[in-house]
Amino acid sequence: MQFGVFTVSDITTDPTTGRAPSEHDRIKAIVAIAKRSEEVGLDVFALGEHHNPPFVSSSPTTTLGFIAAQTERIILSTATTLITTNDPVKIAEDYAMLQHVADGRVDLMMGRGNTGPVYPWFGKDIRQGIELAIENYALLRKLWDEDVVDWQGKFRTPLQGFTSTPRPLDGVAPFVWHGSIRSPEIAEQAAYYGDGFFHNNIFWPMSHTKQMVGYYRRRFEHYGHGSADQAIVGLGGQVFMRAKSQDAVREFRPYFDNAPVYGGGPSMEDFTRETPLTVGSSQQVIDRYAGMRDAVGDYQRQLFLMDHAGLPLETVLEQLEILGTEVVPVLRREFDSKRPAHVPDAPTHASLVAARGGAVANESDPATLVDRWTGTRAEDSNVLRVAR
Amino acid sequence: MTRRIVVISAGLREPSSTSLLGERLAEATLTALAARGSVAEVEVVELRHHGGDIMQAMTSFAPEALRAVFDRVAAADGVIALTPLFNTSYSGLFKSFFDVLPEGSLAGKLVLLGATGGTPRHSLALDYALRPMFAYLHADVLTTGVFAATEDWGAAGDDVRPLTERIARAGESLAEAIAARPAVVVADEFASTASFEEMFSRLRSADDDFENGL
Repeated sequence: MQFGVFTVSDITTDPTTGRAPSEHDRIKAIVAIAKRSEEVGLDVFALGEHHNPPFVSSSPTTTLGFIAAQTERIILSTATTLITTNDPVKIAEDYAMLQHVADGRVDLMMGRGNTGPVYPWFGKDIRQGIELAIENYALLRKLWDEDVVDWQGKFRTPLQGFTSTPRPLDGVAPFVWHGSIRSPEIAEQAAYYGDGFFHNNIFWPMSHTKQMVGYYRRRFEHYGHGSADQAIVGLGGQVFMRAKSQDAVREFRPYFDNAPVYGGGPSMEDFTRETPLTVGSSQQVIDRYAGMRDAVGDYQRQLFLMDHAGLPLETVLEQLEILGTEVVPVLRREFDSKRPAHVPDAPTHASLVAARGGAVANESDPATLVDRWTGTRAEDSNVLRVAR
Repeated sequence: MTRRIVVISAGLREPSSTSLLGERLAEATLTALAARGSVAEVEVVELRHHGGDIMQAMTSFAPEALRAVFDRVAAADGVIALTPLFNTSYSGLFKSFFDVLPEGSLAGKLVLLGATGGTPRHSLALDYALRPMFAYLHADVLTTGVFAATEDWGAAGDDVRPLTERIARAGESLAEAIAARPAVVVADEFASTASFEEMFSRLRSADDDFENGL
């Protein structure tokens, strides 16, 4: 079982001080949060991708590469990578590069994005969101799994004899999760490929999450990747903790009441009852999240949103400390003890390489090193040889 | 099999002439169904009781009580939708409910429209305001709708086509339409999801069409 944090990278005014961090401060805070996540023993740090204020993370691989250089163990992921509006060729290139610099500590979560205008800003039509996700991902897989790609699709200019570089580390593409809140088509897509399915349920009642995950599991089995209970499932979560639950409620309430993300609609009490948001003691968080497997079965990844709504960095770092030292060790034991032996962990780079029977040493494979058009190798300083 | 009729009323007061019109339309439908040997049950949803929940659904998620209303609408063989006219259109409460109702809930659903207002001069609002919205939602809207002006409830009403007669006619057409089709069975919301192969081949065939056209 993997535990981690995901951030949407919002810049929100702290309602208790009236101050908002600068973009620079927020970006540095995200790096500090990632580093602390590793220090307190979390397994995953995932960063969102957005192209509009109040979010700062437009270019996740830059940030994740910087974090990779300062961490050793934590898996770096996205929440989410926009499979609809990004060019799949750039995703293939950027994340293979990140995979190399991070020595394989990389996976991705595909998403369609929740901001309508992003589609037209990138020349796309939101009404084709699902189709874009289906076609772009099909191309992305090909670019990672095949050295030389011929491609013609509906949305992108065709490719003939294209090789995406760098090739995935050890010949194994990063593991992919597909995130969707409401679209069964995306659960279907995840199941078809045998990829992971992440239900970001932080604004949704568990009854809905249960249905979406149940559908993905049935279809995972249908496509022959294993039994339904072996499908790879991830969930979102939100918590705020203090030693006394009344203190947690008192401290978090102004953030809940003022954060735009909660819509100014339900009360914090209604919201905590109907969604996974838990505000209280670490024991309350343990009890609530230990119950998640009752709704969705044994699952592989639990990510928490910890740094939104204008919470100051010091508070977020304290929360990570509580999460990593008081909550996660207990949940880890609980989940691990209950999980049957045939239910797998989430794939990692090492497990994917092992499943393929070892690394593919592409350094020794001349086919991937010689440029197909010039016939030269990198060592030849790319001098064009004139045919005699 | 017992048929289900759901009355959605945006009436605001107690008693409400809008809700009264809804009850009368439901009675007329039941009577006409009984004449056809059909049994039906009627459930009345007063939107004013769900006002806060509807607003919450607009900005966040739908609370449990409102989700239960959504389920009843999805399972209905016929919906009778009623609103008082505000500023010559449906009320904000009425519109907001249909704005948060899950997409597709009314597709192919039999809907009988009703509205109330202070003067018969606003009766066409049924056709220029309500009907286009339900057409957009792909509802199967009955051609007959019923508008009741305040005066319709008394002696000064239309004595050539009195309200009772218009109600009976509307109930008759809803009953006829319900009886003519099989009972609504709520499908698993995932049952209609295309398989991956179907989604992918749709993309391919779109390409072929494009290329054939060149």
